[in-house]
This record gives sequence, structure tokens and C-alpha cells, in this order.
Amino acid sequence: METLVYLIPISLFLGGVGLVAFIWALRSNQFDDPDGDGHRVLRDDWDDHPKP
Amino acid sequence: MSTSATNISACPACVAAPSAESIAAKRAERDAGIILSLPTAHCAVCISDVERTLNAMPGVKSARVNLTQKRVSVAAAPSVTADTLIEALKGAGFPAHELDPGLLSTTATDRAGRELLMRLGVAAFAMMNVMILSFAVWSGAEDATRDLFHWISAAITLPTLVFAGQPFFRSAWASLKARRLGMDVPISLALILAASISLYETMMGGEHAYFDAAVSLCFFLLAGRYLDYRSRAAARSAAEELAALEVPRATRIGENGEEIVPVADLAAGELVLVRPGARMPVDGVVTDGTSEIDRSLLTGETVPLYAGAGTVVSAGEVNLTGPLTLRVTAAGRDSSLHRMADLVAVAESAKTRYTSLADRMARLYSPSVHILALGAFLSWLLLTHDLRLAINIAAAVLIITCPCALALAVPAVVTSASGRLFRKGLLIKDGTALERLAEVDTVVFDKTGTLTLGAPTPLALDRQDPRDLSLVAALAGVSGHPLSRALDAALSGMAVAPATVTEAHEVPGYGVEARWQGQAVRLGRAEWVGGGESEETATWLRIGDAAPVAFRFTDSARPGAEEAIAALKAAGKRLILLSGDSEAPVARLAATLGLNEWQSHALPEDKAALIGALQGEGHKVLMVGDGLNDTAALASAHVSISPASALDAARVASDIVLLGQDMSPLPDALSVAVKARRRIKQNFALSLAYNMIAVPVALLGFATPLIAALAMSSSSITVSLNALRLR
Repeated sequence: METLVYLIPISLFLGGVGLVAFIWALRSNQFDDPDGDGHRVLRDDWDDHPKP
Repeated sequence: MSTSATNISACPACVAAPSAESIAAKRAERDAGIILSLPTAHCAVCISDVERTLNAMPGVKSARVNLTQKRVSVAAAPSVTADTLIEALKGAGFPAHELDPGLLSTTATDRAGRELLMRLGVAAFAMMNVMILSFAVWSGAEDATRDLFHWISAAITLPTLVFAGQPFFRSAWASLKARRLGMDVPISLALILAASISLYETMMGGEHAYFDAAVSLCFFLLAGRYLDYRSRAAARSAAEELAALEVPRATRIGENGEEIVPVADLAAGELVLVRPGARMPVDGVVTDGTSEIDRSLLTGETVPLYAGAGTVVSAGEVNLTGPLTLRVTAAGRDSSLHRMADLVAVAESAKTRYTSLADRMARLYSPSVHILALGAFLSWLLLTHDLRLAINIAAAVLIITCPCALALAVPAVVTSASGRLFRKGLLIKDGTALERLAEVDTVVFDKTGTLTLGAPTPLALDRQDPRDLSLVAALAGVSGHPLSRALDAALSGMAVAPATVTEAHEVPGYGVEARWQGQAVRLGRAEWVGGGESEETATWLRIGDAAPVAFRFTDSARPGAEEAIAALKAAGKRLILLSGDSEAPVARLAATLGLNEWQSHALPEDKAALIGALQGEGHKVLMVGDGLNDTAALASAHVSISPASALDAARVASDIVLLGQDMSPLPDALSVAVKARRRIKQNFALSLAYNMIAVPVALLGFATPLIAALAMSSSSITVSLNALRLR
């Protein structure tokens, strides 16, 4: 039972990291175009050389 | 003008239509970007093609496609105009329309949706953690451990409810102030009661705490709310996008020469120049120039009319051949286009207000939940005289009956159905349109611009004299008139070599004249050439003093119209063709498409009256139309569809907009609507079944937090999955 003292804060902290990541993604417009982002990874435009 | 027209109708799209102030504010902060609508973009290659095409153009700084909204936003130097971009995209195979960036609220500024998503995220985080803690309690944690877990749950739950529950509390408060019991009153009551009782039980070291139920309740309800918001936002952006499609500008002839101004800035008495191919921006009288005008959008007539000095023209008509100078008689709100809004308003008020399935359900639901909870509280109090137990049971009843599944049932179905229809090229403007579409048994079509494209094709060219054809080929090339262009295209398809003519020139408003082998040759209007009467669209050719030869035209049917009509017939719908055009072309089209019932020469009032009569007989009518003359009919029909090429007023009056040229998605829309309504009803049945099982359990006092959590999550998940089957 003593491990709970560590485990509960750790689990809450990890959950919190997820929440902060979600809020960051929301704030940086990553939910604006879900369809487009899904398709963009499939493009082969910059396969041969990086985008200048 | 579309904004004020939308305000008349009571539908989500209108509620969502931006107010004048917000438009003004957005206009102020707009940047120099251009936004284009790309209805056909759908894949990774489309993104690459569009962006590469646009980035290769001189002056374009950056272009980014948003595939979700099917738009591209372009940052460019001021010298780049939307028209050049649209032309370039057309070359690459992507039809595009200009959108008014001032009218569009982009997702970046879509704060309400983001706020809701944020609350949903916080509720999801809290739900996961509280559920994990609850597993320990459910599996038998006792004494100090249980209390500790309850306290940690409380520490997570209470702030979450305060933050994530705000939308419910606010709307419950608003409906209480208006002395109504909405769906949100029992929801808020359940949230508050569950949280406070659990807190009290935790303080007393009690066994049952409903923190997990309160948080998951909040999460599922927010999910339903978010889906609902998304379909509303789609409806609103549809309304905005359609309003923005027509970027209204006019060329004013002022003291300092010509200048391009917004139509809203024009006043009666000013002079406006209308170039060939452009639409009249205002009502006015022609002061200078001669031309022909196409009134098909206003009246459904396909035969072009002559316009010269003194001709009265209305906003929305298209100028065909020569430049015209108009003196404005009425602009903006006073124009005939806008007066049609009054007709729409009358039709709307006559339309019986449709109560959606969800509203009917909520009306039954709210009072019965309160009565149940109160009854449980009173009977347990009388039987046991234990206030704490009675409150506990009342709270359990409220939690268990709470409409998670009900709140998800409609939004989940509407979201997946409208997503599916959007991929097929149909934009749902009104939330209840799908439900109404499912009830339709009669479909009324307009002809010009709806079943036909409004583009003429010449008839029986191969029966004409080859000499005449080669002359026509030579003359038609001179003019930009739609009939000339159609002849030109058809003749070059037949590989007819143009005859050698001299002095070919266009006489705006009349036709084309030239000299051939010493004789005057004319191609143009019957009066000018000396031809006879014709019910159908026709142009005449005269060589010297010989008798004129007629070239007749028919309007080609919209692609997919035939399939759509065949499919609708097969589905057992009654189909009617109702047109303002003259008899011959209407009869010809009806025969081509296999429509048995048709009526020509219908005035706008006739159309609305016929639909009123049909509805009076108990039919549910779907009206498909595009013109100003259809507007009243569109508004009075049970549900209405217009193509994206329709006039502003017609699109505003209709519930669904057909984005592409193809008409074939129409029968699909009807079948999807029927399926969607079946799913909504199934979902209601599912959630009622859950309540039937769970409510007696709660009333008898057997509801533990575990049972509450199970009932709630499983009913919500089943309902969502059932809705997703529609995709």
C-alpha cells in the first residue's frame, strides 16, 4: 500500500502531461484540418529532397 | 443582403448567420489574403496539385489547402486577383469559387468550438483518472484506502465539474430564468446533486460516492454537445460560405471615371457600367448601349431578350453581348432581388413549424425525470424517515436517467449522415433538414438552371445546308453571345471550315453582320434578320435577300439528372416539372427525362400555390430549384434543395445545397435521410430500453456507483456506434 504514495501522483502526472499536450495541440491549430493532415503525410512532393 | 434574408427564417443557419456588427468587425481585421472554395478537392494529390499550381504563379507568396473545409487560402501580392487564380486552377482541373474572406469566420477564430473541445479534453482526463481510482473502490477497497481514493477523486472531480460543466449550468440557468424546463435543468441538477452528495458521503466516510458517475456524465454530455456544435458550425459556415460566394461588386461611373465599388455603396440615380457576361448588380434603366439580356434566373425563360436605351432591368439578370450603362433605380435592400425576401417571409410563416424528433423527446423527458426523482425521494423519506438515504436514492435516479444517450442520439447520427452527404457533394444547411427529407413523397423540379444547365446546344445541325453552316461558323466566332459560342463549339466539333467573310462585326443586342461574296450576311435575332416567331430559343441566318434560316437550340440536361429522376421514380416518388419557361422546351425536357407531370408558364406565385396545394393534400414536398422565381416555392416546401449555381436568395431559402454540377447524389440523399431517421429512432429506443432497466433498479435503491457507471457508458457507446454505422 505504501507504493500508492508514489503511484497515484505518478499516474496523475502522466495524465496531466497528456492533458497539457492536448491543450497545446488545440492552441497551435492542429485540429483545423484533420482530413488534410491525414492526406498530407502521403504526398511524395519532398521525398527526394527536403522542402527548401 | 443575404444576412437579412436569413434572419427571416427560423433555422440554425439563420441563428448562426453573422450579425452585421460581427461582419463589420471581421472585415476590419481581414488581411489581404484570398480564399477560394474547392468543391472537388479530396485527396493528397489534389493538395499537391493545387498548392503547386498556385505557388508557381507570379506574386503568390503562399497557398495552403484546407481539405476539411475544401478551401484554399492564398497570400499574394495586391496585383494578384482571384480571377487569375481561379483561371489557373481551372486549367489544372479544379473548379474554384471566390469566397469573401470578410464573411468567413475561419476555424482559427472559432473560439466557441475550441472552448468546448477544451472542456471535453479536461473532462476526458478527469474521467480516466477517477475511473482508475474507482476500480480500486469497486473491487473492495475499505476504510482509510477507500476514503483516500474518494478524497483524491473529489479533488479531481470538483474543479473539473466547475470548469467543464459550465455550458450546462449556463443554459440551465437561462432556461430557468425563462421559466422553462429544458434538457439542461435535470442535467445540471444531477451534476450538482451527485457532486455534493458524494462530497458529503466522503466526509462522513460513507461507502458510495458518485464522483466517477458525475465526471463521466459530464464527459458524454459534452461529447454530444460538441457533435451538435460541429454540425451547427458546418451549417453556419455553409450559410456564410454561400453568402460569400457572390462577392458583390459593381463598376460605378463617377466623376473621376470608372471605379469598382461594393454594391452596398451604390445609391439610386448613379450610373453603373455592366460588361457583357456580367450580372446586373442593381435594378435600373438602360441609358446607353444595346445588348441582349438573359432573364432565366428570374423567370425561367430561356429566350434572351433585347435591351436598349429605356429598357428596365432587374438585379440578377445577365448581360449577354454589349456593354450597358444603367441608371440605378434601386440598389441593395430596395432591389427586386431583395423584395423577393418578403415573399419568402410570407411563405416561411405559412409553413407549419417542424418539431424535430429530439424536441418531441425532450418535451416528454424533462418533466418525467423530475417527477421520478421527486417521487423516489418522497417515498423513501416517508418509508424510512432517513433523509440521507432518500437524497442518495433521488440522486441515483437523476444520474441514471440522465440523458447521455439521448443527448448523443441525434447529434451523432446527424454528424455522420451529413458527413457522408458532404462527401457526395451535398451541404446540409439546417439541422432538421435530414429528418424532413426522410418524409418526402413528392419531388417538384424547376427546369432552367436546375434540371438543365442553362447552356444551349444547337438542334439538328446536320440537317442544315453545308454552305449555311460554314457561314455560321465564320460569323459565330466573332461574338461572345452564349448562342454563338454554342454554335461555334458544335461546328468546330463537326469540323466545318468557316467561310471567308469580310467586315465581320457584332451589333450588340442584335447579332453579327458580315459581307460574303458581295452580299450582306446576318446572324442574329429574328426581328433584326427578318425571321419568324419561335417558341424555342433560336437564332436566324440570312444571306443577302434570301429567306432566313432558323437555328434552334435546346437546353442540355444537367449531368446526372436522368439517373436521379429514374432512381427517384424507382423509389416511388411522385415527380413534377414546374417551369416558368414556354411550353415547347418544357415538354421536350419532360419527354427526354421521362417526367409525366409538367406545367409551363408558371409564375412564382403559381409555383408556391401548387406546393401549398400539394401540402394541403397531405403530401410532403421536396422542391428543387435555383431561380428567383422559385424562392417562394423553396421556402414553402417541406424541404428544399438548390444547386450552388443558384441565386443568393434561392440558396438562402433552401435547406440543402448541391455543391457540384452533377444531380445524381439526390436520390442518395433521400435514402441516407431515411436511414438517418431510422437510426435516430433506434437510438431513442436503445436509450429508453436502458432507462427501463436502470430506473427501477435506482428507484428500489440498488443502484451502486458501479451500476451507474456501467449503464451510462454502455448506453452512450452503443448509441454512438449505432450512429457510426451510417458512414
